[in-house]
Amino acid sequence: MGALPLPTLDQAVSALRDGATSSRELCESVLGRIDTVDSRIGAYLYVDREEVLADAAAADRRRADGSQLGPFDGIPIAVKDNMAVRGQPLTCASRILKDFVSPYDATVIERLRSQGFIFLGRTNMDEFAMGSSNENSGLQATSNPHDSSRVPGGSSGGSAAAVAGGEAIVALGSDTGGSIRLPASFCGVVGVKPTYGRVSRYGLVAFASSLDQIGPLTRTVRDSALMLDIISGRDPRDSTSLPEPAGGCASCLSAASVNGMRCGMPREYFEVEGLDPSVRECVENAARQLEAEGAEIVEVSLPMLKYAIAAYYIIATAEASANLARFDGVRYGLRDSEGEAESLLAQYRLSRARGFGDEVKRRIILGTYVLSSGYYDAYYLRAQKVRTLIRKDFEHAFTECDVILSPVSPEPAYKKGELATPLRMYLADIYTISVNLAGICGLSVPCGATESGLPIGLQMLAPALHEKRLLQAAATYEAIRGDL
Amino acid sequence: MAVSAGTTNHETFIRKTTIHKTFKEQEGDSHAMTGALHGYEAIIGLEVHIQVRTSTKLFCGCPNRFGGEPNTRVCPVCMGYPGVLPVLNREAVRKTLGAGLMCDCTINTYSKFDRKNYFYPDMPKNYQISQYDLPFCRGGTMPVSGVGLSGGEMQSKGIGITRIHLEEDVAKSTHFGSYSGIDFNRAGIPLMEIVSEPDMRTPDEAYAYLTGLKQIMQYAEISDCDMEKGQLRCDVNVSVRPVDQTAFGEKIEIKNLNSFRAVHRALEYEIDRQISDLREGASLRQETRRWDDALGMTAVMRVKESAHDYRYFPEPDLMPLEIGTDWRNEIQDSLPERPGVRRDRFVAHYRITPYDADVLTQDKLLADYFERAVAKGATPKTVANWMQTELLRELSDSAQGIAESPVAPEALAELVALIEDKTISGKIAKDVFHIMFATGKAPSVIVEEKGLKQVSDDAEIGVFVDRALAENPAVVEDYRTGNKKSLQFLMGQVMKFSRGKANPQSANRLLKERLEASEG
Ligand SMILES: [Zn+2]
Repeated sequence: MGALPLPTLDQAVSALRDGATSSRELCESVLGRIDTVDSRIGAYLYVDREEVLADAAAADRRRADGSQLGPFDGIPIAVKDNMAVRGQPLTCASRILKDFVSPYDATVIERLRSQGFIFLGRTNMDEFAMGSSNENSGLQATSNPHDSSRVPGGSSGGSAAAVAGGEAIVALGSDTGGSIRLPASFCGVVGVKPTYGRVSRYGLVAFASSLDQIGPLTRTVRDSALMLDIISGRDPRDSTSLPEPAGGCASCLSAASVNGMRCGMPREYFEVEGLDPSVRECVENAARQLEAEGAEIVEVSLPMLKYAIAAYYIIATAEASANLARFDGVRYGLRDSEGEAESLLAQYRLSRARGFGDEVKRRIILGTYVLSSGYYDAYYLRAQKVRTLIRKDFEHAFTECDVILSPVSPEPAYKKGELATPLRMYLADIYTISVNLAGICGLSVPCGATESGLPIGLQMLAPALHEKRLLQAAATYEAIRGDL
Repeated sequence: MAVSAGTTNHETFIRKTTIHKTFKEQEGDSHAMTGALHGYEAIIGLEVHIQVRTSTKLFCGCPNRFGGEPNTRVCPVCMGYPGVLPVLNREAVRKTLGAGLMCDCTINTYSKFDRKNYFYPDMPKNYQISQYDLPFCRGGTMPVSGVGLSGGEMQSKGIGITRIHLEEDVAKSTHFGSYSGIDFNRAGIPLMEIVSEPDMRTPDEAYAYLTGLKQIMQYAEISDCDMEKGQLRCDVNVSVRPVDQTAFGEKIEIKNLNSFRAVHRALEYEIDRQISDLREGASLRQETRRWDDALGMTAVMRVKESAHDYRYFPEPDLMPLEIGTDWRNEIQDSLPERPGVRRDRFVAHYRITPYDADVLTQDKLLADYFERAVAKGATPKTVANWMQTELLRELSDSAQGIAESPVAPEALAELVALIEDKTISGKIAKDVFHIMFATGKAPSVIVEEKGLKQVSDDAEIGVFVDRALAENPAVVEDYRTGNKKSLQFLMGQVMKFSRGKANPQSANRLLKERLEASEG
């Protein structure tokens, strides 16, 4: 693909500080790149050029008169289309919200705005974040920048593809069962899923409230750390956000080392049927490189892995069935044309039948079913118990190691349409979803490529609230790995 | 929005009911309210929704206030916009716990919110944040006793309260013929649901239970319970069964009850209807009926469909709540004396009649007013009398509440003192009170300004007495020939000449003295 024309976030900060570039220059190069490649990649659903350039001019004026909002003032960022940015579309890549414009800012957006970030536009995703390939977008197809015939991964596929394709310096995604880490792995970028509660969910359109978490997609580990320092922390508008102090992620990286760090390799993760040999090789090779750097490689066990997918699809769909009930065409969004529906019920039915795609409908039906009277105990309640056991699995494993290493997905990016059945698609998430069920933090960092050049990601996991340890391990690995 | 109003069904049911009535009239049973139970008893349970008075809504910062232009007290949260999250209003929880403690409920130390799923346009998220298996309060009691609304003495008993939980109110729909409008100002206002045990047996008990609930909510400043503003809403469940039967009869739910009196009337009607249907051999079915206050009867709204599956599950956007003993105790300590306790104390401590105590403790502000006046040294019995006559009448004439009374309790106490030290007569005092109410002036100021001070000096009164005797020789003659009632007329004359200021005892004594003196 050749060298990307854009600086990293860290480089952009320095260049702006030194006067080597301007916000206008940065934004113009991003917009130019979008013009050149996005017709092929399809990462963006919406870009507001005039607004971006006006914001850039304002940022440059602030910098000129010394009133800049901070080191990031004037840096453009891409946002997944499920986070509210005031005055911009908020579609979740769904026909039901096709014309919806957000009247408010999500908390993460508010924080980025106060730092002077410029919101480039909206990136494509699987509809309501339900999917692992972006093929479930109700509005547009996105291609993997490394191979247009392949998927970028999902559901934050647009954000991952935008960063990988040089169409964004950094992007925000959301991760419910792997939706940041999987596309990061498929596209060859860094993607972090923070601890549940680290980043406010206020303004993130909920898929599964107890699993959703916002995180960055970036070119480098350091850029992700910079982003986390801005977006993390307690938010009084999100009752599930954690009170523990956040920040210090970027500054802790200068002292990063893996010397004496115990890296756990979960036995069960490498016994998964369908684990691609090149994926296994890249991950094992990464472990060896870490070992050479002073880390200790230990085998750990996460026996509940085999129940994770079932538990995940019960809890996530149950919550989704309620979360998506508000899309009924009454207050906003797609409403069946006046007159055609002769009753309220018919209006609901037509609006939702026309507004939602198949995968969304499938999950709403599944979630409605598992919560139904007579089935609740057998499904939802039992899934919650499994969830507790998965959490304990990790707690136990983390007594034997400091971080866990694993693949992100059994395979590298597959061809569009290749995983035609939903069940095969669900299995692609086997390494990522336990992390959301346990509420711990994890990331994907590029660790190699297939012979044909498809990126492969290394998943690193750390206990809840240990983002610093996680990022230190990843930054060290990134340094010893060198350029790919 | 196209909403089918379902008017056809409603009309059908009205028609059916009319036929039903005609049939009965032919039989010679006019279905007039007989109130006769014929060996049956009624089982009544109430489900009461009460809006909690807080400054903001339950999960957002919008004001909790009645009315306003439609959809002006709304925000993305209470409109259910994509991406928003609820934040629990602590004051609403505090008041719900207070309501529970006032009703002797047990407070669950661990509580949580759940999502109740159903589709309706008045529900912004199509699920309601409510409480399912762990409500804040459970197992309370509401005592009822005394004379019931229909005049009979009620047996003293405690009506069980099953649970009190907190949830968000829904929006208000208005139907405009072919479409409906929705006002979300009400959506998200904190709403308590108070479910009673099926412990009530008579409309009087149901009425007393509701009155008791309202009184407690007002006492503890939990809610104003204004039914016209929808701050208190009530659904009734009623069934009848032969007195020797333990199994419950088919439960009928009554809706559209807009006053406590309507609850009472609807229950009277419905109990009578159910008993006469059963006596005629008809069987009852579980159904929901609508009370028509103008017609004074209920009509079928809907026959019970299969139970609705609300698919409750724990609300993942809110953390479960631990209610510690400290907080519980702090709330307990902040609660006012309960109305019943206060009534008994008024009788024992102030020596006023149970009736007076009952009237004065109906409303906490009235009871507070009484105690403030008494604290200034006024005789409790006199204050009680003045409050129940002059004060309440003036307030009702001017459509004001006790809180807005232009006469402060301290001023009333001052007025009572003026009567008791004979500065003014009781009759003059009424005029003074009227001026106090109209102007807000202190009684002593009014007495001074208007020169209303009572005249007790015999020489001064003697002038008026002499004039009365001199100007009415015929009446004087009348008196002397034995018609002692003529004295009243002469008293009236004295009061008239003195412009009401003559001390009545002195005037009476002087009149008699002079009439009898000249007699001899
Ligand atoms: Zn609101």
